[in-house]
Amino acid sequence: MVLNSNIPDGPIEKKWSEHRFHMKLVNPSNRRKYTVIVVGTGLAGASAAASLGEMGYKVLAFSYHESPRRAHSIAAQGGINAPKNYANDGDSVYRLFYDTLKGGDYRAREANVYRLAEVSGSIIDQCVAQGVPFARDYSGYLDNRSFGGAQVSRTFYARGQTGQQLLLGAYAALSRQIGAKTVQFFDRREMLDLTVVDGQARGIVVRNLRTGAVESYVGDAVVLATGGYANTYYLSTMAKASNATAVWRAYKRGAAFANPCFTQIHPTCIPVGGDYQSKLTLMSESLRNDGRIWVPKKSGDTRSPSQIPEAERDYYLERLYPSFGNLVPRDVASRRAKEMCDKGFGVGPTKMAVYLDFADAIKRNSKAWIEEKYGNLFDMYHEITAEDPYSVPMRIYPAVHYTMGGLWVDYNLMTTIPGLFVVGEANFSDHGANRLGASALMQGLADGYFVLPYTLGNYLASTKFASVTVEHEGFRETRASVQERVDRLMSIKGKKPVSEIHRELGKVMWEYVGMGRTAAGLTKALKLIPEIREQFWKDAKVVGDPDTINNELEKAGRIADFLELGELIARDALHREESCGGHFREEHQTPEGEAKRNDKKFAYVAAWEYTGDARTPKLNKEPLKFEYVKPSERSYK
Amino acid sequence: MKFTLKIWRQKNQNDPGRFVTYEVNNISADASFLEMLDVLNNELVQKGEDPVAFDHDCREGICGSCGMMINGRAHGEGRSMATCDVRMRMYKDGEDLVVEPWRAKPFPVVKDLVVDRRAFDRIMQAGGFISVKTGAAPEANAVPVPKANADEAMDAAACIGCGACVASCPNSSAMLFVAAKVSQFALLPQGQPERRERVERMIEQMDKEGFGACSNNYACEAECPKGISVTHIARLNREFLRAEFTEKA
Repeated sequence: MVLNSNIPDGPIEKKWSEHRFHMKLVNPSNRRKYTVIVVGTGLAGASAAASLGEMGYKVLAFSYHESPRRAHSIAAQGGINAPKNYANDGDSVYRLFYDTLKGGDYRAREANVYRLAEVSGSIIDQCVAQGVPFARDYSGYLDNRSFGGAQVSRTFYARGQTGQQLLLGAYAALSRQIGAKTVQFFDRREMLDLTVVDGQARGIVVRNLRTGAVESYVGDAVVLATGGYANTYYLSTMAKASNATAVWRAYKRGAAFANPCFTQIHPTCIPVGGDYQSKLTLMSESLRNDGRIWVPKKSGDTRSPSQIPEAERDYYLERLYPSFGNLVPRDVASRRAKEMCDKGFGVGPTKMAVYLDFADAIKRNSKAWIEEKYGNLFDMYHEITAEDPYSVPMRIYPAVHYTMGGLWVDYNLMTTIPGLFVVGEANFSDHGANRLGASALMQGLADGYFVLPYTLGNYLASTKFASVTVEHEGFRETRASVQERVDRLMSIKGKKPVSEIHRELGKVMWEYVGMGRTAAGLTKALKLIPEIREQFWKDAKVVGDPDTINNELEKAGRIADFLELGELIARDALHREESCGGHFREEHQTPEGEAKRNDKKFAYVAAWEYTGDARTPKLNKEPLKFEYVKPSERSYK
Repeated sequence: MKFTLKIWRQKNQNDPGRFVTYEVNNISADASFLEMLDVLNNELVQKGEDPVAFDHDCREGICGSCGMMINGRAHGEGRSMATCDVRMRMYKDGEDLVVEPWRAKPFPVVKDLVVDRRAFDRIMQAGGFISVKTGAAPEANAVPVPKANADEAMDAAACIGCGACVASCPNSSAMLFVAAKVSQFALLPQGQPERRERVERMIEQMDKEGFGACSNNYACEAECPKGISVTHIARLNREFLRAEFTEKA
C-alpha cells in the first residue's frame, strides 16, 4: 500500500489556493453526467450533498434515518470556531492553525490543519446567510465565547444547540436540492458494503431497513460521511445508532484505517448511574467558561458540597494550570478528573465524579445571566439527575465522545481506494491525537462545503470510467456477501441479546483501552476482545424477521463490526509506545503526569491495512513533517 | 419500580394492530422511559419474541426521532421534554401506562410505535430554506440583526421536528411545525427575499399532505418538547395573509 498525502508544494498559506487553481474542472454542463453517492447526512454529508447537487452533479444521498435532520451532528452543543477576530483579541488564521495543531499534540498534517483554519471563516458567512440564528450581542453583531485550548474568543454559538442549528442549515440546503431534484434522498438505508470495480469505488450495497431488501447503487465516486466509532465503547455520548459499519466495510475493501487509537474522552459528562444506562449525556465544554471544577481536599469527604468551606476545596485545574485554568484541552481535563477520582477525591454516590460549580458566576453576574447562556444545559442536567444545578454543583465525569482516528485520506480527502472519499469525523485528517472544542462542526462543514466540491471534481475530471451497472460481477459479489452476512446473523440462534454482548465489549474497551492505557492492559484487551467476538458468533440471539424494521438485526450487524474494530483500536494503542493527546500510555508521562510524546519514533500516521480476517493487519506509516510549528511539550501552565 | 404497560403492537401498515399488556419490574427511578422500554425489549428478546419497535437515536432530546403517546399525552408526563427525557420517577410505582404511536393520518404507522414522518421533510423541501449557494454568502457581520429578533428566531428554530404538535392536535395540524420555520426566517433579514413564496409553498405542501388547520387549541404548545410558542402560528397566519394580499414580484 502506498500512502501519498498529495500535499501541494509551496508556502503553507498558498497551498490550498494554488492547488485549487491547478485542479481540473468539470464543465457545468457535463456535471450532470456524473453520479456521486454520499452516505450519511450529518454536517459533512448534508453540506457535501447539497453543494454537489447545487453545482449540477447527480447526487444520491443515503441515511439510515428516515430524515436527514436526525443525524447526530444535531447533538453538538457548544459552538464552531472561526478566526474572524471580531473580539479584537489577536486571532488570525495562523493562530487557529497553531492552536489546532498544538491541541492535536502534533499528530496531524500541517497543510490540512492550515486549510481548515483558512476556510473556517467562510463557514460562518455561509451559515449566517442560511439563516442560522447565531448568538448576537445588543449591537446586533455576532457574539463569541471561548473554548478549551485557546486564549481568544473565536467560538460562534447558538445557545447550547449549535450543532442543531448548523445541521438544520445544511439540512435546509439539502432539502432545497432534493426539491430541485438534483439530489435523490434514500431514507432508512444502511450501507453494508462498498463495491470496487477495476480498483475504483463504484457503488454501495445497502439494506433497506423498512423492507429488508438488499439494494445496490452505482456511482462514479462514493463519499462516506458516516461519523465516528465511539460506540465501540458501548457507553458514549454518541447516538444509539452511530456505528462504524460503513468505514469498516471500506477498510475491508482496501481503505487504510488511520490512528484508530486516537479517541477523545470528554471531561464534562453526566456520570454513569446504573446498569440500565443506555448512553451518556454530555454537558457542553462551554460550561467551563463559567463553571469551576473542584473536589474536596480531603479524600473520602462525604459532606454535601455546600458544607465544604472554600479553604477545603481543591480547584485542581486552576492550581495545576494557572494560565488556562478550567479551559485546558479535553484530554488534560479528563485525565486529571480520572486521577482525582482514582486517588479517592471523587464525589457523589459512586465517587466517580467531580464538581462543576457555578456559584461564583451566579454571584458575579446573576442567575438570569447564567440561564440565558446555558439554560437548556441546566434543564437537561436537572431532568436527568433530579438535582438543580443553580443551587447544587453539577457532578461530572469523562466519557467517550469523539474519535479523531478514521479512514486515511490524502489532502484531497480521498482514501487509498480511488474514488472513495471520506469527510467529517469518519476521516482521520485534521485533529491529530486530540480535538479541540468547537472544531468538529468546523471540520465537518469545511470538508462538505469548501473542500470536497473541489477535490471531487478534480478526480472526476481526471479519471476514466468504465460503464457499470448493478448487474456487474462486482455488484453481484457484494450483494451476495451482504445477504450471506444477514443470513448468518439471523441463524446464530444463541441465548444472549446482542446489547449485552456490546456492553461486555464496552467494559473491556473502557477498562483497558480508555483513558489510561498500559502494555499489560492492552495485551489483555487483545486477548479478551476476540473471545467476546467468538462468543457473539456462537451465542448471540437475533430475533424477529429480516424483512421488516428489525432493530435487533441492525444492532447485531453493527456490534459484529465493533468487535473487530475494537481489536484494531487496542492493537494501534499497544504499538504506539508514547503518550499523545487522547492516547495516554501510563508508561510514558512526564514527572508532572503530562503526556510524553516520542517525536523521534512516532511522528507518523499509523495507517492499518486489512490483510484477511485471520491475519494481523499491516502497519503503514505516513511520516509527519513540521515545517511551521516546531513540536514542543504541550504546556497549558 | 414496576409498571403495567399496554403497548400498541402493529406488524406493518396493513395490520389492524392491537394493544398488548406487559409487566416490567425492577425499573430504576432514574431510568429514562426509553431505557425502561430497553429492559422490556431485552426480556422479549430472551423469550424469543419480537421486541417493540420505536424510533430513537440521540437520547438527549434533540434529534427528534423518538415520540409516543403515553397515557394520552405526546411525550408523556412533564413539560418541554421529548420521550427520551422522561424519567420513570415521574410516574407512580405500579402505574398502568398506555403507550401508542403518534396518531395522525399524515403519519402512517410503519411498525408498532414507529410512524412515517416524511411529510415534514416534503414540507421543508417545498420552501423551508433560504436559497443561498455554497460560497455565495457575504461577510457574516455585514448585516446586523437586532438581538431581540435573533433571539426570537432562535426560539422558533429550536424545533426538533418530532411531530408532537401534530399528534396532540385534535385536527392533526402541522401549523406549529410550519410556523416555527416560517417565523424563524421572517424575523431575519436573510429571509426577506423569499418571504412570500416560502410561506405559500410550505402551506400548500402542508395542505397536500393532509394536515388539518389550527383551531386555537394550543395543545401543540403545551406538548412541544422545546416549548415553541403558538405566537409563531399567529405570525405564520400574518405571513400567509400578507403573501396573499401582496403582488407577486
